[in-house]
Amino acid sequence: MNIVVCVKQVPMSGDAKVDPVTGVMIRSSADTKLNPFDLYAIETALRLKKEGDRVVALTMGPPSAAAALEECIAMGIDDGILVTDRAFAGADVLATSYTLSQAIRRVNPDIIICGKQTTDGDTAQVGAEISEFLAIPCVSNVDNVEGVKDGYITLTSNLGDVEETLKVKMPCLISVEKEIYTPRLPSYKRKKGLGKIELKTLTLQDFIDKDPNNYGLKGSPTQVERIFPPEVKVEKLALDKADAAGGIYKILKDKKFI
Amino acid sequence: MLKVNDSKITSENIDSIIKVCPFNAIEKVGNTVQINAACKMCKICVKKTNGAIEFVEDEVKKVNKDEWKGLAVYCEVLCGKLHPVAKELLGEARNLADKTNQPVYALVIGSDLGAIVDDLKDAGADKIFVYDDEKLKDFLIERYTNVFEDFINKIKPSSILVASTNLGRVLAPKVAARFKTGLTADCTMLEIKENTDLVQIRPAFGGNIMARIVTPNARPQFCTVRYKIFSKLEEPYKLAEVVNMDLSKISMESNIECVKNEEKPAAFSISDADVIVAVGRGVDKGDLPAIQKLADLLGGQVACTRPLVESGWFDAKAQIGLSGRTVKPKLIFTFGISGAVQFTAGMQNSSLIVSVNTDEKAPIFNVAHIAVVGDYKEILKELISKIEEGK
Repeated sequence: MNIVVCVKQVPMSGDAKVDPVTGVMIRSSADTKLNPFDLYAIETALRLKKEGDRVVALTMGPPSAAAALEECIAMGIDDGILVTDRAFAGADVLATSYTLSQAIRRVNPDIIICGKQTTDGDTAQVGAEISEFLAIPCVSNVDNVEGVKDGYITLTSNLGDVEETLKVKMPCLISVEKEIYTPRLPSYKRKKGLGKIELKTLTLQDFIDKDPNNYGLKGSPTQVERIFPPEVKVEKLALDKADAAGGIYKILKDKKFI
Repeated sequence: MLKVNDSKITSENIDSIIKVCPFNAIEKVGNTVQINAACKMCKICVKKTNGAIEFVEDEVKKVNKDEWKGLAVYCEVLCGKLHPVAKELLGEARNLADKTNQPVYALVIGSDLGAIVDDLKDAGADKIFVYDDEKLKDFLIERYTNVFEDFINKIKPSSILVASTNLGRVLAPKVAARFKTGLTADCTMLEIKENTDLVQIRPAFGGNIMARIVTPNARPQFCTVRYKIFSKLEEPYKLAEVVNMDLSKISMESNIECVKNEEKPAAFSISDADVIVAVGRGVDKGDLPAIQKLADLLGGQVACTRPLVESGWFDAKAQIGLSGRTVKPKLIFTFGISGAVQFTAGMQNSSLIVSVNTDEKAPIFNVAHIAVVGDYKEILKELISKIEEGK
């Protein structure tokens, strides 16, 4: 069985902001990390892996995103594929998903596993779009895998008030919840033992669809028209800290909270 | 696309050009730079590199916007229950539609939908399109996607609003990808232009940044919206026309089989609380019992920011914000929370926001109705004793 895990490198901290005067983005640090939600996808893949199976981590990003793949390998993933090309710059959800689907076609996996969402985009949409481009079923919010048998995977999907138990024909794509398993820590011993890690790189020229109009900014139907700092919109009452408790108490009383 | 003008790049300015990009998407190649796959098209480099990088409009395929009319709302039904967010989305769609003189459509997919359709009739839609079939009883994504596709092909709505529930967050992208169109997740505000372009406003770039996102050359325009962001109409709207749709030509093939559906015991969610006491990094762990006490005295729940979930103080279910829950209580306290937009996007529609923080410049004070600059400890202690004395 071939398993692909989709991962992403994200900024270490989420404290970028817009200068209200110049409209320019300011970021305090350029440090990056592996998207924390991806650790659960990696763990799920490693638990599903049986002897003879191969687990591949795949990421789209700049060449420096290789660091995220190395971390996956330190956790026990067999191979890393970096999907990188200038033609992919400026991709929105649709173009990103399409790019990843083209890369995944090269691996031909039985199951694709994604984390619930990323911490920089927070959209949780890429997995489902990948599955559509691959014309395979997808299940989101997977919080338990019962097992794999005869080309089917049985799992449960958390739909809020309802827990659906599904038997899904493979190949398929799943995105997993944090509750599924506790991720293992990366093993630096393992990483060291591997020596220099060879990652595979895929560019547009490696894809079946080589039309640059389907990738990056050109393949993105959404456009960011403008960015702006969050607006100040409420009228506020400032209370001095000396009698703040008294002031709050009076308001709570007036508004019948107490 | 972004075009690099090599002639304007010198050994003196190359390093400063590379540093302009907050995403490290400008990289050095030989004596010049290239834009790599990390680019998010924020176009800062266009503004800040004195012409070294410029934006060139691409030729785009234009869509005939006159063929696409109306705002559609997908009304989620799961296990025979209508999700209350459906009426909120219909209320917002009605407000947007009235500005551009467009109809509002409700789309309902499921089995045995009679009572649900009746319930939706006065929620703001002009027409309700109903796909009612035993095979649609369980949420099986391939069937639902096929039905959604049929609806779009027949009705051609310009914009489609879907709730950011677990179901909506998998169904909307599946359908949007089928139509190769744009999808914007978790919008916190929506506007509409004369030409029916939907302006989707949401926090972006993982920071304290809002973005206006448009889908200018594709239809339909898809967005998802969280529960408790918009409000349902206050007055009943005129009764909608109900249109029962023909399902005979829609493929009901499914590679997924539903083994069982279990309704979980209705776990109490912070989204349902009328009063919330929220804590952030500025609060000491030793004060959590006092925080809980204040919440108890007010009949409320304790909630938190993402860092406190990451540090293991709270379960993820207690987290407010874009990666947690959206809340709209009657009263919310925030103690030691600076108020990054990822957090405030999840609570800024609360009726009364009382914020205590030591930093007077903290962005939480942009959304707070009652602001106290200072240490929370004294205030917390004093407030608890006042409430206890008052009882």
